[in-house]
Amino acid sequence: MHPLPPLKEELMTNSSKGFSRRGVLKTGLAGILATGVSPLIFTRGAWAQEFCNNPTGSTVTIGLNLPLTGAYAEEGADEQKAYELAFQHLNGEGDGGLLNVLKPSVLKGNGILGKKVTYVSSDSQTKSDVARAGATRMIERDGAIMITGGSSSGEAIAVQGLCQEMGIIFMAGLTHSNDTTGKDKRRYGFRHFFNAYQSGIALAPVLGEQYGKDRRAYHLTADYTWGWTQEESIKNATEALGWETVAAVRTPLGSTDYSQYLTPILNSGADVLILNHYGLDMVNSLPQAVQFGLRDRQANGKQFEIITPLISELMAKGAGEAVRGVFGTSNWHWNLQDEGSKAFTKSFGAAYGSPPSQAAHTAYVQALLYADAVERAGTFYPPEIIKALEGHEFDGMGNGPTLYRAEDHQCMKSVLVVQGNAAPPSQFDVLNVVQEVSRDVTTYDHTIFGGELGPAEPAPVCA
Amino acid sequence: MFEVIFLQFLNGLDKGAAYALIALGLTLVFGTLGVVNFAHGALFMLGAFCAVTVRMVLTMETVTIDPEQLSPWGAPLEIREPLMQAWLGDTGAVLVNYSVPLSLLITIPVMFVIGVALERGIIKHFYKRTHAEQILVTFGLAIVAQEVIKAFFGPNPMPQPMPDAARGAADIGAWLGMQANIITYPVWRLIYFLFAAVVIGGVFAFLQFTTFGMVVRAGMADRETVGLLGINIDRRFTFMFGLAAVVAGMAGVMYTPLLPPNYHIGMDFLVLSFVVVVVGGMGSLPGAVAAGFLLGILQSFASMTQVKAVFPGIDQIIIYLVAVVILLVRPRGLMGRRGVMES
Repeated sequence: MHPLPPLKEELMTNSSKGFSRRGVLKTGLAGILATGVSPLIFTRGAWAQEFCNNPTGSTVTIGLNLPLTGAYAEEGADEQKAYELAFQHLNGEGDGGLLNVLKPSVLKGNGILGKKVTYVSSDSQTKSDVARAGATRMIERDGAIMITGGSSSGEAIAVQGLCQEMGIIFMAGLTHSNDTTGKDKRRYGFRHFFNAYQSGIALAPVLGEQYGKDRRAYHLTADYTWGWTQEESIKNATEALGWETVAAVRTPLGSTDYSQYLTPILNSGADVLILNHYGLDMVNSLPQAVQFGLRDRQANGKQFEIITPLISELMAKGAGEAVRGVFGTSNWHWNLQDEGSKAFTKSFGAAYGSPPSQAAHTAYVQALLYADAVERAGTFYPPEIIKALEGHEFDGMGNGPTLYRAEDHQCMKSVLVVQGNAAPPSQFDVLNVVQEVSRDVTTYDHTIFGGELGPAEPAPVCA
Repeated sequence: MFEVIFLQFLNGLDKGAAYALIALGLTLVFGTLGVVNFAHGALFMLGAFCAVTVRMVLTMETVTIDPEQLSPWGAPLEIREPLMQAWLGDTGAVLVNYSVPLSLLITIPVMFVIGVALERGIIKHFYKRTHAEQILVTFGLAIVAQEVIKAFFGPNPMPQPMPDAARGAADIGAWLGMQANIITYPVWRLIYFLFAAVVIGGVFAFLQFTTFGMVVRAGMADRETVGLLGINIDRRFTFMFGLAAVVAGMAGVMYTPLLPPNYHIGMDFLVLSFVVVVVGGMGSLPGAVAAGFLLGILQSFASMTQVKAVFPGIDQIIIYLVAVVILLVRPRGLMGRRGVMES
């Protein structure tokens, strides 16, 4: 803290030269303000009151914005389990999970800055407007200090925009659109999950190796930000391989019957179908594509193939046999053998009787990374937490050495290429990890997607 | 190009059959009882969950803990054995495989009882009330049914596999003497189309060729006069409500392999089926069927890449666009009768 500059004795006492005590004080304060000393007075020392939802009691409240209904409901439910587990571990309950393997870490298992972690939650219904309204409610009514969760990029972009306006940190859950940390990035938003561009980088070489360089692809794409950016990224990556894009058709998010979109594929000249769908959309579209006999067809003298660039264990389970042999990418898989993955699978499995999904993993990791950043900053003041997260290097969370890149708040880490298990030995072994593509390969120039993070300070003060 | 158009037409017929089947029960209730039944989608959903329940029973398992083996998270492994196969051997496996069609046997009586109970318990008290009040009460019933199903089965969809024999696609082109693998269509969708045609035909035949049906049709035309002849028309109309519930329930059962049901599936179809009924003409059975096929075929063609290139997004609005145009040109719908829904 910077002290006020001392007023000189003679100015304080001598009124005979036309100065009064009040006049001098006014002039002095005006001078102080004019010379820019004031920010030094009202920043660090003023944290206790001057930011949104500063926790003053013995607890700190985190807002979970989860799609518990709608197209991504299964991911939302798994995220909720992961958050509950993370808060238990942060509060010193359970086996500690990844607190034991996160490096570096200042987490002590006594909450965050000694305050017990509690949470409130809101069902975002996989709808951006509902997600934004829920986040607003949790910030304004429930006093949430941080918002996290979500399984849709539409939600993530809407909520991180709100959080930027309200001065609340947003630790995104599952969001894969390039826009989240690209053109729509925000200073108060952070994403641990990988993105569509990284999917393209990781997946294309495997596709070239498996299916050759002379292919004709037909895209079916969920019609919102994530679908658009994934379509663009995968198109660019496969066309760089030498593939031709026959058509890219948009389907509404939450569609149930894809038959009218699948029939035109049969005689389109395509020999690959790329499904830019996620969650329930894919659980519906992939089996329907298989029912239409696409995988039994020969086209252009080749076996017709289906690709799902982003895939999760939950979706693979929902799609059943249709997913067998299908290639895609994932952020993480419970069967990885590093210490972090094993620790998380053990904790989650013991608590819930099933291995965690990638949605659960990213949710859990985000909760811990936030808590660790607060501990390192020594305050809940968001601009200081932002500084603690930007450029932070860590390891032990199941993705190898990871960087929270300062320029776009995107984590740089390895990406998994996975394939539907042809003969799953159990209901949990639906995906196989084919390749772990290293961080060096998946790191890209952040300027290609544009966007501005915006300011961290002055931290907005919510109502 | 012929193959593309033929496939879209086939898809339109398939969609249309599904729309017509769902709308049939809705218009049946309106035509007989004069009730605008917003719970019809919920009946479709309840039928679908009859199939879910039957499969859950057929796939019950015994769980034993094997302390020698460990799960990936270090807990003793649960060994699960299917009960039905243990009891009945191969027959048990066949029952599980055909769980969806077998569900129809359970669904028919269950849905009939639900339909009759609904009509006698609640709907009959609203016959003489306004359509707005009927909509409110039936919509309320739909929400109650939804929440009950959500409480018991959870919010997530529950995939129902089709029988092995009905998986994959049929080579219709080869059947018609064309080159193989040019015109293929999923077997279960063809089955659904045939099923819908049989049920729709059956309902029409029942109303057209039986004495019961004749009395019901007479009651639809002039309820009071039929009552004056000493016929208990109310009882017959209650039966028709039960029949409409059965038709909706069966449609729901057979749709489960195409779309994993969740508690909300009924609402998804409700809006669509109302559009079909309005386009066809309120209370008109042939109108509902004709409108179902018309809208299904139009929606299918509107989804073609070539059409969307000219009219982007047309696949999402075509049904409602057609509804607006038809209501402007023919306010009573395609085959609506004078005086119905007109005050």
